Amino acid sequence: MANRYAESNVPMDRRHPSRMTVRQRFYLVEVLAGLRLTGVRFFANMWRHTLHAVGIKAARGAVTIQYPEERRPYSPRLRSLHRLVRREDGSPRCVACMMCETVCPAHCIYIVATEHPNPDIEKVPARFDIDLGKCVFCGYCVEACPEDAIRMDTGILEFASYSRAGMIYTKEMLLALEPAQADGAPTSPVPIPADRKVGEPQPEARRADMGIPRAERGGEPQP
Amino acid sequence: MNGLAGDLAAAFGPVAFVMFVVLNLGGILTWVERKQSAIMQDRIGANRASIFGIRMFGLLHPLADAIKMLTKEDFMPARADRLLFTLAPFVSVFFGLAAFASIPFGDTLRIAGREIELQAVTLNVGILYVLAMLSLGVFGLMMAGWASANNYALLGGQRAAALMISAEIAIGASIMGVVMVYGSLNMQEIARGQGQPLLPQIFGSWIPAWGLLTQPLAFFLFLTAGIATTKRVPFDMPEGESEIIGYFVEYSGMKFGMFAMADFLETVVVAGMTTALFLGGWQVPYLQAGGFVFPWGATVGLPHLAVVALQVGTFLFKVVVMLWILMLIRWTLPRFRYDQAMRLGWLGLFPLSILNIVVTGFILLVVSG
Repeated sequence: MANRYAESNVPMDRRHPSRMTVRQRFYLVEVLAGLRLTGVRFFANMWRHTLHAVGIKAARGAVTIQYPEERRPYSPRLRSLHRLVRREDGSPRCVACMMCETVCPAHCIYIVATEHPNPDIEKVPARFDIDLGKCVFCGYCVEACPEDAIRMDTGILEFASYSRAGMIYTKEMLLALEPAQADGAPTSPVPIPADRKVGEPQPEARRADMGIPRAERGGEPQP
Repeated sequence: MNGLAGDLAAAFGPVAFVMFVVLNLGGILTWVERKQSAIMQDRIGANRASIFGIRMFGLLHPLADAIKMLTKEDFMPARADRLLFTLAPFVSVFFGLAAFASIPFGDTLRIAGREIELQAVTLNVGILYVLAMLSLGVFGLMMAGWASANNYALLGGQRAAALMISAEIAIGASIMGVVMVYGSLNMQEIARGQGQPLLPQIFGSWIPAWGLLTQPLAFFLFLTAGIATTKRVPFDMPEGESEIIGYFVEYSGMKFGMFAMADFLETVVVAGMTTALFLGGWQVPYLQAGGFVFPWGATVGLPHLAVVALQVGTFLFKVVVMLWILMLIRWTLPRFRYDQAMRLGWLGLFPLSILNIVVTGFILLVVSG
């Protein structure tokens, strides 16, 4: 298989028109050589297709992966839809330190901090919105997080929307997600925001930052 | 089968057959184009169109295309010439369809006391008719380019005209060699001539005198110029998808579809011409009017209808093989630049076809003594 894509056998210094040999200048011979290459490929692939059709599934005439039905395994390093990691009681592990919001180059994370009932934990996010219409999937938020509270390992890649508002994912949606399977296939269903349903009247795009100045949402990032 | 009904059937039967075959081949070519290119490139190709889950290897895609094009907006630029803009795609398709009329697809059919020539129109100057129809097809493109009120369309129409002239001259000159060898402008006579044995004093009756053997240079010249008249890659400067979009840049919906269809129809015509002139037309090797007569002495008698059916089937088979080769060329070769195509036409094909005429004349003189 490695040799199926052979390089051209014309040396580099013979490829410029002024340095071509007579045979190359005649053109017809080279054309026929090209037609032979593609013609042979055609019949070889037709043979493989025929074998595949009669039941020999090892023979494949195409390298195509028929996407929605077939998927190639994703790399474990793939950065997909974010999720918020839960504590054992189901509350977010996030302490609303604002590190991810600060480091985010696209300014797509918006956090409103509040007091945690447990005095050992200082803060907890009341709201944690990610505007995926702005996100550039750089993964800085994951790297910046001191609590390992946000990860991008859900394997979910299909979250297209008919509206900007439909790209905003809230804390509850992000908390419900599970990590992907070993082959990178998503475990959780794609969370669909209420205003992303097709066919219903679309609300006006709401600004994910809610218009609240940052200082009033939880202050400066903690060291 | 007598009287008026018989006359009508004899007159319109071949016409209906030609229309049926050419239109269907043109439609299926859109599928062939997708699938053949895909298989050559290790892909699967269009296979998603389905009716109730039945996909049929993507054969429904031409149908889906037709529905799409018929339901799209029929747009016309504000400053376009309304009459010419509407007329242009019809002109293109009409001449593409009409060109096939004098290409014979079988020998004389004798049925119910009638003799029916198996070609839509029996013309003594059939070759000139096909050439004329192919050349007239360019009027549709020029009309489209001029009427669109768009500079790129005009450029495309102009290129189409220039390409057509340089290709038509080479086609006409290369065909002259065939006409000289078989001594007729009637395509049916040329097809019959290709059933004769080639140089019987040397080869006996082993080799039929197909045009490919008597006129090998003309075959390549004709094929090259023929591909140029179809305006498809590698000679796609009139369209130039990657640069100017070309004469149909302002067309949408079914009018655009008609231009695309005209390209496919012309491909079918070029395949039919090549078959009729160079690949023996409807001739089956060693098949004569009464059945097979093999050069080693064996004979297999066949009834008349079986012979005719075999001939028509052979013609269609040759056309399909030719279409496959044309598709292979279209999906293998990179496109020519405008100046390269002009140079090939005027400095390559044209002088070579003149040379071919001179050499053919000389050889004919020698052979005939």
